[in-house]
Amino acid sequence: MRVCTLNEINVGERATVKALETKGAMRRRLLDIGLCCGTEVKCVGRSPLGDPSAYLIRGAVIAIRSCDCCGVIVRRR
Amino acid sequence: MSKKRNSGTIMKKVALAGNPNVGKSTVFNALTGLHQHTGNWTGKTVETAVGTFSTKRFSYSFTDLPGTYSLLAHSAEEEAARNFICFGQPEPANDNSSDELTEHNSPYDAVVVVCDATCLERSLNLVLQVMEICPKTLVCVNLLDEAKRRGISVNTKILEENLGVPVVGTNAHDKKTLKRLTDRLDDLCGGKIVTKPRKLRYIRPIEDAISIVQPFAEKCFSCPIPPRRTALALIDGDKTFVSEIEKFRKADSSSVEELNGAIKRARSLLAENDITLDILKDRIVSCILLNAEEACDGAEIKLPQTVVHQSKADKILTSKALGFPIMFALLLGIFWITIVGANYPSELLSKGLFWLGDRFGDFMTYINAPAWLSGLLVDGAYRVLAWVVSVMLPPMAIFFPLFTLLEDLGYLPRIAYNLDKPFCKCKACGKQCLSMCMGLGCNAAGIVGCRIIDSKRERLIAMLTNVFMPCNGRFPMIITIISLYLVCATGVLGSFLSALALTAVIVLGILVTFAVSRLLSATLLKGEPSSFTLELPPFRRPQIGRILVRSLIDRTVFVLGRAAAVAAPAGAIIWLLANISVGDATLLSHITNFFDPFAQFIGLDGVIFTAFLLGLPANEIVIPLISMAYMQMGSLSEIAPAQMFELFNANGWTPVTAVCVIVFTLMHFPCSTSLLTIKKETGSWKWTALAFVIPTLCGIILCAVIANIARLF
Repeated sequence: MRVCTLNEINVGERATVKALETKGAMRRRLLDIGLCCGTEVKCVGRSPLGDPSAYLIRGAVIAIRSCDCCGVIVRRR
Repeated sequence: MSKKRNSGTIMKKVALAGNPNVGKSTVFNALTGLHQHTGNWTGKTVETAVGTFSTKRFSYSFTDLPGTYSLLAHSAEEEAARNFICFGQPEPANDNSSDELTEHNSPYDAVVVVCDATCLERSLNLVLQVMEICPKTLVCVNLLDEAKRRGISVNTKILEENLGVPVVGTNAHDKKTLKRLTDRLDDLCGGKIVTKPRKLRYIRPIEDAISIVQPFAEKCFSCPIPPRRTALALIDGDKTFVSEIEKFRKADSSSVEELNGAIKRARSLLAENDITLDILKDRIVSCILLNAEEACDGAEIKLPQTVVHQSKADKILTSKALGFPIMFALLLGIFWITIVGANYPSELLSKGLFWLGDRFGDFMTYINAPAWLSGLLVDGAYRVLAWVVSVMLPPMAIFFPLFTLLEDLGYLPRIAYNLDKPFCKCKACGKQCLSMCMGLGCNAAGIVGCRIIDSKRERLIAMLTNVFMPCNGRFPMIITIISLYLVCATGVLGSFLSALALTAVIVLGILVTFAVSRLLSATLLKGEPSSFTLELPPFRRPQIGRILVRSLIDRTVFVLGRAAAVAAPAGAIIWLLANISVGDATLLSHITNFFDPFAQFIGLDGVIFTAFLLGLPANEIVIPLISMAYMQMGSLSEIAPAQMFELFNANGWTPVTAVCVIVFTLMHFPCSTSLLTIKKETGSWKWTALAFVIPTLCGIILCAVIANIARLF
C-alpha cells in the first residue's frame, strides 16, 4: 500500500502528506508544526516503548503519538 | 512608542519573538545581560521577561516572548505572544493616542523575530505572521554555525529581498554577530531602513472576502494592527482575538450594522467557494506555509550529502535495547559523582564551620553575654545554619552543574520521548517528565515548568505530583540517611551503593507519580490524554563555562540562600523550645510527646515529625533540626557521621526508622515555596490544599505499612 496513515510508515521511510483528516486542536497543532498537504515527512525513530515516533518535518524532528497522527494520510515515496 | 528617558537617549520598545528552542533566550541574555534561564528544550521561557540595553543611538526595552510556532493562538502561551505583538503590554489604552484610523500605531517600535537557520522554512511561518501585523520587523537568523555543520547555508541577502525587511545572521553565543543585529535595529528604529514587508497572499476567495470587510473594519476600529489583518480576524471569528479587537471599537461608530453585514457577505462568499468557517483557518495556515516556502526560495541552500537529521547518538539514546538502561545509568552516574564529590568538602566545611562556631561561642563568653543569648545564637541559630550549609552546599554545587549540562545538551526531551507511553497510559502527558526533571532541582521550578503542558487537566496532574521528585533540598538528606543506616560498605563500593539506593528512591518516586497520576485521572481530574507533540532538538555542544557560572550562581546560591534564611530562625526556635520549660518538661518535649504516638505508628518519632513540620519553609533543615533536638535532650558538642549515627541510635533509630524517614522525605507536603507557587499557578486554594494532602497521605500510608509489617518480625 503506497497510501497509508502517518503512523504506519516505518523508521527511515519518507512520505508526502496527502490529506489531514485529524480534527480540532490536534489538527491545528499539526498545521502549526508545518504539516499540511504536500509536506514531506520522514520517520526518523521510534521511542523504546513503540510510541511516540519521531518525524522529520520541515527540518525539525518532532515526536508525535501514533493515535494523534493516524488521521494524517500520506503517500509513501 | 518612543519615550525620552532622563539620560536623553530615546527609549525604544522592542519585542523578541520566535519559535521555541531557537536560542531566543540566548539572544535576549546576550543583549540585555540578564540571566533568563536557558536550556536546550522547547518551552523554556514560560514568562515574558523584560530587559534593557543601550546602543550609541537608542536605549531599548526588550520583551522576551514565549516561543510560539504561530500567532493563530491555540495555547495560552501563543495567545499571550499574539496579544503582546498585536496590542502591546496589557495596560489601559492610552487616552491621548490619536484617533486617526489609517495611522498604524504599533505598541512596539520593532519586533525582532529569531529564526532557526536549520529549519528556516518553518521559522518563516511565524515571521510572515508577525510581518502581517507589524511592518517594522527585523529577522534574526540564528544558529548559523549549527546549520553550517548540517550542510545548510542561508543567504541573508536573498532572504532580505524576498521578505522586504532587514535580515541578519547570528550565532547568539558569538557577540560579534550580535553587533550586526543591534546596528540594523538602530537603523530600523531610527528610520534609516524603510521596510517593504512581503504581503501575505491568500487564495482568491479569502482575498475577496478580506476586501469586502476591510473598509468597514477601518471605519469601526482604531486598532493598532493593520485593517487587513483585523478584517481577516473578524471573518474568521476567532473569539479571543475578536474580543481583544473589540476593545478598540470607536465610540462614535455608527456603522456597526454595515460591518456585520459585510462580515456576513464575506462569509457567504467563502461558503460559495466551499470554504466553511471550520476550514477557513486551515486554508489560512496552508496559505501562510506556501508563502513561507516561496519566501525561502533561493535563500536556503542544502547540501544533501551532509544533512544528517538525527544523530547517531539519538539512535542509541532512544533505542529499544539501550534507551532505558542509559537513562538509569545517567541518573545513577550523576548521583554517584554527587555523593563521591560531596563527601570530602562536606566534612571540611563541617569542621571549619563548627570550629568557627566554637570561636563564636568563645567570643560570646568574652563579652560576657548572658547564657541564654549565647545559647540562642550559637547553639541554636548558628549551628543549624552551619549544618545546612555543610550538608547541602557540596551536593548542590555538584548536582546542579551536572544537571544543567544534561539540560544544555538536549537530553531532557529524550527522556520525555522515552517515557511518554507510560504517561499516556496514566492519561497524563509525556512532557510531565520535563517538569519532573526540573523538580529534581527544585520543586517550585518544576511546578512553574508545568506550563509547557497545554492541557489544563494534565498540567494540574503534573503540578500535584511534582513533589514526588525529591528536590535538591531533600535528596542530600536522603543520602545522609542512606550512608548512615543502609550502606555499610565504605570507599568506592560504598558510594556506589549509596548512589544505587538513591536512584532506587527516585525510581520509587517515579512509580508513585505514575500511580497518583493514574488515580487522579480516574477521580478528581477525569479525562482522556490530549495530544502530544514534542520537538526533539538537535544535541548542542554545552557551554561549560556558562553552565558552571549560571548553575552555581542562579541555582545553588538561590536555593541555598533560601534555606539559610529559614535555617537560622528555625534553629533559634528549636533552641527556645528545648530550653523553655513548662511544668516538668521543656516545650519541645511537650510538642514531640504530643506527636509521638502517631509518629511511632508510622515508624518515625515525635522529634522527626516535629522537624518535618518545622521544615515546611525549607526541607533542607529537617535533619539538622532532628539532630539539634536530640542534642538538646542529651549533650553532644560536635557532629560527624559517626557521632550522628550514635546520636540517632541513642534516640531509638533502627534501619526501619531510617527507611520510614526516607519514604516520608520523598512523600510529604511540599515546602511553602512550592505551595505558594501552586497557588499562584492554579489560582485556587483547593488545588493547593490537595497538593498538600495527597503526598502527605501517600507518605503516611506507605510509612505505616512499612513500620507495621516490620513490627511483625
